[in-house]
Amino acid sequence: MRPGYVVRRIGFYVLICAITLFFAVPMLWIASAPFDASPGLGVHWPDWTLENVRKTLGHPYAMHSMVNSLLICVTTAVAVTAFAALASYALSRVRIPGRDALLYGLLLLSSVVTGTAAMVPIFVMMFQLGLIDSRFGVALVMTGGLLPAAIFILKDFVDAVPKSYEESARVFGASTGQILRDVVLPVARPGLATIMVWAFVNSWGNFLVPFLLIRSIDKQPGAVLMQTLTDEGGSVNLQVLPVFSLLFSIPVVVLYLLVNSRYGFRFHGGIKS
Amino acid sequence: MTSASAPVPARPPEPARRTRGPAGDVAGLGVGRAFGFVAPALLLIGAFLVFPAIWTIYIGITNYRLTGVEAVSPSVVGLSNYTKALNDALFHNALWLTLLFVLGSAIIGQNILGFTLAWVLRRTRPVVRRTVEAFTLLAWILPSTVVAYLWVAFYDRDGGTLNGILGTPGTAWLIDYPMACLVVFNTWRGTAFSMMLYSSALQAVPPSQLESARMVGASGWQTLRDIVFPHIRGHVLTNTLLISLWTANDFSPFLLTKGGPNHESETVPVYIYNVALQGGELGYSSAISFLLLIANLLVSLVYLRLLRRRS
Repeated sequence: MRPGYVVRRIGFYVLICAITLFFAVPMLWIASAPFDASPGLGVHWPDWTLENVRKTLGHPYAMHSMVNSLLICVTTAVAVTAFAALASYALSRVRIPGRDALLYGLLLLSSVVTGTAAMVPIFVMMFQLGLIDSRFGVALVMTGGLLPAAIFILKDFVDAVPKSYEESARVFGASTGQILRDVVLPVARPGLATIMVWAFVNSWGNFLVPFLLIRSIDKQPGAVLMQTLTDEGGSVNLQVLPVFSLLFSIPVVVLYLLVNSRYGFRFHGGIKS
Repeated sequence: MTSASAPVPARPPEPARRTRGPAGDVAGLGVGRAFGFVAPALLLIGAFLVFPAIWTIYIGITNYRLTGVEAVSPSVVGLSNYTKALNDALFHNALWLTLLFVLGSAIIGQNILGFTLAWVLRRTRPVVRRTVEAFTLLAWILPSTVVAYLWVAFYDRDGGTLNGILGTPGTAWLIDYPMACLVVFNTWRGTAFSMMLYSSALQAVPPSQLESARMVGASGWQTLRDIVFPHIRGHVLTNTLLISLWTANDFSPFLLTKGGPNHESETVPVYIYNVALQGGELGYSSAISFLLLIANLLVSLVYLRLLRRRS
């Protein structure tokens, strides 16, 4: 073995270790602080306790905000999936007039009208509609924002489903409704599940929309409550916030792992919130 | 809507198994019912995405405010919001900081680190590869408030991990070097996307060409420049456009620094928020939002054109 080779191998592993540490070190804290009897902001080996967990579960708003998050995100995910499924099926199978222009427009919309660029008019609009401080209003805005991308992902998926299933069902005399319910829906299930998870995860992590639209603390979803508690500061929050961060992250990680193992693909560019 | 959810175009190329032919209405839906299927989605998109975007133009030419007389009866002031922006030192500051943020964390940080990871991990043992990927992906999928909180703790003046590692107790990183902190943070946050995109792009480089480069004794750098880069040039361009767009629209800087201290990390999204909701100047902030929308539109048009040419 030539020395140059050895040096290169060592350099190679040093590089990999350095990059891994860069990604891992900021995260270590969320693994240690929740179970530490005297939690600080730095990483150190914890003095194990479950006291913080008990405190968090007993916090007046913490668990309540999880319920709010769940309400908002389930509504959003179901609405996005249902409306995107209908639209993408029609757009995939029927050549309605102006279809290509519509698809191009949707694709543009999904990247041009971002939350930050549209926050002022959305705030003003919801204000005038009297939908400020409404969890349903938050779900509506998120649904509108996620739909263009959802339609696009699902249409890609439906395009890949062979038409022969529907054709043979038709030959055997099935009605349109039957074909959609008994043939298309089961075949499209992986795509629908994926889009539902995608919409859920995206709205779960969304901070800006509920931050703009929700005022009272008992209606805040988890993402906003974290910010509220951080702003308050204090040592009580050092007991609550780490545990809460951990709990708040679990659904996202679990759903990601589930979709990844079940359907064996990655959210190419989709899942980021 | 969410700051970075444009999903499809970024998808690395799949094997061509799809039938891209014209649609066939095999279920007998008919054009009428097809319209009915598309309508609810379009209504929602129209009401909560298209309408606000267009309305920005109108609010942007008024003196609409959150409170006071102009809140009740705003009047049209023409282009004066735009002329104000031309002379607004804080807006120039926000533009400059956004440029730094995009250049540092997206164009340089995420791009280079993402490519390095993709290149380095392609031939490592699966265990190593999967571990590194897991951490990178975790940084990418965790909710933004959690991630922001992690980094606020990491940078903290008293007892933060960074000060512990560097042995610099008492350094308030987020106050002394806010932009550098944000650049490092966003590089950490977003590298996974570039890594995944580049690792699938690298699979399209023919192994035979890499093999012959090795045979003739080309150095690693020569191989990258003359063999790998020509194959992935298109990906580099589209990836850079996409992550730049996302970074320029990212609201997370607000979660770390709120734009402070003294506007030193106030990127355009944070500036829009502060002007609109803290300062109450809805008209002026709409004018700035409209400029951001135009910038997004231009980048997206170039992006889609590049994508179309490639396929």
